[in-house]
Amino acid sequence: MRKHLLSVADLSLDDVETLFATAAEMHDVQHREVKKLPALRGRTVINLFFEDSTRTRSSFEIAGKWLSADTINITGKGSSTSKGESLRDTVLTICAMGVDALVMRHSASGAALQVSQWVDAAVINAGDGTHEHPSQALLDAYTLTRFFDARRLGPLEGKHVVIVGDLTHSRVFRSNVGLLTMLGARVTVVAPPTLMPSGVGAWSASAGFATSYDLDEVLPTADAVMMLRVQKERMSGGFFPTGREYTVGYGLTRDRLSLLRDDVPILHPGPMNRGLEIAADAADAATSVVLDQVSSGVAVRMSILYHLLAGEGSEK
Amino acid sequence: MVPDGAEQQPDQPVPPSEERPGRVVFDADEIARALTRIGHEILERNRGAHDLVLLGVPSRGVPLAQRIADRIASVEGVEVPVGSLDVTFYRDDLRKHPARGPQHTDIPPGGIDGKTVVLVDDVLYSGRTVRSALDAMNDLGRPDVVRLAVLVDRGHRELPIRADHVGKNLPSARSERVMVRLAETDGFEEVRIAEGTSRVGTAGDAGEGGTQA
Repeated sequence: MRKHLLSVADLSLDDVETLFATAAEMHDVQHREVKKLPALRGRTVINLFFEDSTRTRSSFEIAGKWLSADTINITGKGSSTSKGESLRDTVLTICAMGVDALVMRHSASGAALQVSQWVDAAVINAGDGTHEHPSQALLDAYTLTRFFDARRLGPLEGKHVVIVGDLTHSRVFRSNVGLLTMLGARVTVVAPPTLMPSGVGAWSASAGFATSYDLDEVLPTADAVMMLRVQKERMSGGFFPTGREYTVGYGLTRDRLSLLRDDVPILHPGPMNRGLEIAADAADAATSVVLDQVSSGVAVRMSILYHLLAGEGSEK
Repeated sequence: MVPDGAEQQPDQPVPPSEERPGRVVFDADEIARALTRIGHEILERNRGAHDLVLLGVPSRGVPLAQRIADRIASVEGVEVPVGSLDVTFYRDDLRKHPARGPQHTDIPPGGIDGKTVVLVDDVLYSGRTVRSALDAMNDLGRPDVVRLAVLVDRGHRELPIRADHVGKNLPSARSERVMVRLAETDGFEEVRIAEGTSRVGTAGDAGEGGTQA
């Protein structure tokens, strides 16, 4: 396993299997009375978030704490960045305090890679612009594996995973396509033409995933459906006329639920826009694994922190 | 990164005995007799099988614990709960090696609070694994009594720890390594001693008896 986790492309198949096996053990820790392991005693993990986040930041924080690391949160708002300090100065200042890992989210694609070249600490990309969000892809794949295992539906390999929504602005989609195809799943991505990333044709051909504009056509063969959030905050201009029109074409509505077999898990990385990309019936369906994703998120992030920080060579 | 379960699997071909290094100090029959004796000792010491829990330390402590439980069942007619207790996160040498994936911890449904827990491991060496196991147990509950059963005690303790039940005391040099092989994990049974210090924490050596104990 490499020193940093910047992209799912940093991971080998062996790495993913090891991370998942460790995550399964971490999952058991979540149900213990004493939710604490001493593995990262004396390590310091900084969550450096220049964009808003609830679950990613808090789950990295909990993951670090349960492994006995000291975790500290720094947000863009209220830090010296708002006084005009550059990103480089901010991270160098933080790392000068003696930090072992930097979990970071930034609005610029490639920010985590850039920072990893400046600092000694292990850098974990918790979302860089519209580029990647590898820990989210890992927890999504882990959630799917557990769902299929629990129902004896076989491995993730060969399953048809449908990813729907605002692909242009989605780092979750980019990381998920990379990881799921590496794990042997068949991936189809669905979006309105205006939200399909430009250049997706050549990319999908080389990466081995399919694209579609027609959700109703794809859903009947789906083994899993992942709905993505419509990221209004990244949209400058009109990608679709009205929210209502988006829902009719690409939302997971009550009517569309009937197109799915009854053993198809519904994922959403959150936060959900109920009534826009996902109807309440789908979000609260028996096969919705939205909350499993959150609890898996802690286990997977514990596994990531453990493997990046526990061993030799990861001391500052 | 070392994948979990990197030790030899039973379905791998077993190398013929003369090609394996060192000499056999304990064969399959002797292992069986030692475990039978340990089973009896545990019952004697505990005055029966009440409140007993056997916890094996992965990987080879787990099948040993199961075998001892089978012995106890045949003598006493009582099924003693068996579990596994992984100590990876509690090791004091975590930072000396690349991060190693944990093995499974499985505490029997009755828990360990108020029980007599017998820790079972293959080789007792420095005592550091046992210390880690005691720490790990601390986070899982509070047994009334904790005892230690090992198949082989090879000496060279680095901590004030001793075993209550020992299959065989095996005087060894630090320059030697002791390898326990069991049918469940390796496909064959023996305890072997060979020249050459153990490669602690290296790939494929996750469970080599005597390397970490």
